[in-house]
Amino acid sequence: MPSNYSAWGLLRGALSRHRHWAPAWRDAAPRPHYDVVIVGGGGHGLATAYYLAKNHGLTRVAVLERGWIGGGNTGRNTTIVRSNYLFPESARLYDFSLRLYEGLSRELNFNIMLSQRGLIMLAHSRHDLDSMARWANAMRMNDIAAELLTVDQIRELAPALDLSAGARLPVLGGFCQRRAGSARHDAVAWGYARAASALGVDIIQGCEVNEFIREDGRVAAVKTSRGLIRAERVGIAAAGHSSVLAKLAGFRLPVTSYALQAMVSEPIKPILDTVILSPGTGAYVSQSDKGEIVMGAMLDLFPSYAQRGSFAVKQAIIAATLALFPSFSRLQLLRQWAGIVDVVHDSSPIIGPTPVPGLFINCGWGTGGFKAIPVGGWTFAHVLATGESHPLAEPFQLSRFLSGRLIDEAAASGIAH
Amino acid sequence: MMQIPCIRCGARDEHEFICGGTSHIARPALEQDDVVWGEYLFFRDNPKGRHLERWRHVYGCGLWFNLVRDTVTHEVLAVYAITAAPPP
Repeated sequence: MPSNYSAWGLLRGALSRHRHWAPAWRDAAPRPHYDVVIVGGGGHGLATAYYLAKNHGLTRVAVLERGWIGGGNTGRNTTIVRSNYLFPESARLYDFSLRLYEGLSRELNFNIMLSQRGLIMLAHSRHDLDSMARWANAMRMNDIAAELLTVDQIRELAPALDLSAGARLPVLGGFCQRRAGSARHDAVAWGYARAASALGVDIIQGCEVNEFIREDGRVAAVKTSRGLIRAERVGIAAAGHSSVLAKLAGFRLPVTSYALQAMVSEPIKPILDTVILSPGTGAYVSQSDKGEIVMGAMLDLFPSYAQRGSFAVKQAIIAATLALFPSFSRLQLLRQWAGIVDVVHDSSPIIGPTPVPGLFINCGWGTGGFKAIPVGGWTFAHVLATGESHPLAEPFQLSRFLSGRLIDEAAASGIAH
Repeated sequence: MMQIPCIRCGARDEHEFICGGTSHIARPALEQDDVVWGEYLFFRDNPKGRHLERWRHVYGCGLWFNLVRDTVTHEVLAVYAITAAPPP
């Protein structure tokens, strides 16, 4: 078991030339049998493993990751956390997640570098102002603080924005969720991995699932690139690759996979200490702790499993960012990347059983899975451990696509779909 | 940037087009139950690899047509008319 991280440990390390550090988590080899096997070692899979051990006492748990942990969308997002959703079901879900994030560094004894620097939505037209008033009011009805902002208030919070009368996109106002912000994505994956591993969970990398073996109709084992692994229950947490795994198990999902790209500039001195989102252009912009300007906007709107992103969309993202911040026009682009996101028609997740007995799924987070890692893990662990849906996840079942009880958060998903 | 071969205009840059999603999804009869309609409206194969899909040359001639495209490499494997049967 790794030592507790503390100021005292750092001090002790300074005296011993930092030779006492142990690996943060065990890179395990697969055992033949587990209570629960989770397919997918991203944030959601690792958080699920942690809460299975922590909340339900299940430690015969394995996380199977095809590549390396946190190497998929967990390492490819723009690290924004927020809970500014419209409907009560989503507000409960995402705000529970944000509250878990608020205590997560302490809970995991791992600094996830949560920075609640606020998120500002910009209104560029009279109609935007109306829709934002509705949005902020919907949040308040759900007991989540939101403030409508005037242009002068926005100028104070983000002076780098082009708020002049001649701006390409005039800003007429907006609203702010002050508890929103960003967290360190790699730290979230590693924090959960370390805490889960310390409780006895096996994290198995380089282990691809090729087949679900059924006995009496029920999933009893997975055939992997590292051998056969038996399990009482199997959970899929594979984001953009959910449909591929569902096909192996013999069913379909209401999911389409798209590439969502993001990029960072070279690091510069602090200029933006909040998160800016402009629904009119789709652009969202923040500055990382390293000083890079982090940019993202719309999806590449054609089905894709290629983790790179189209040049045409990259151009549109940069144009949208520069319309808001003309002063960024001379920055050099440092890195660009894309993750494959699992978009469903109502932009809400699926957390629960599948048509195959013994097989469960956590997917459909689409363009906003990072903010939901804690609650995704919490509620998915609940259904994997008990067989019953967690109350927070009850509305987010696969069956809603047959009953028609959709929870359409397209407007609050923040990204044009 | 992808070059999309419009069936009328030939290869043009991707941003002249929009993708209309999966082709050949058959509309069920009205009297079918919610399960059949739910499958039709929402559930997709979403393949990793060869995908039959509709595209429209929206900033060009305006024509709808079908593509066979690989969703991993983005290579266009075939193009055919909107009412034609998919190639084997």
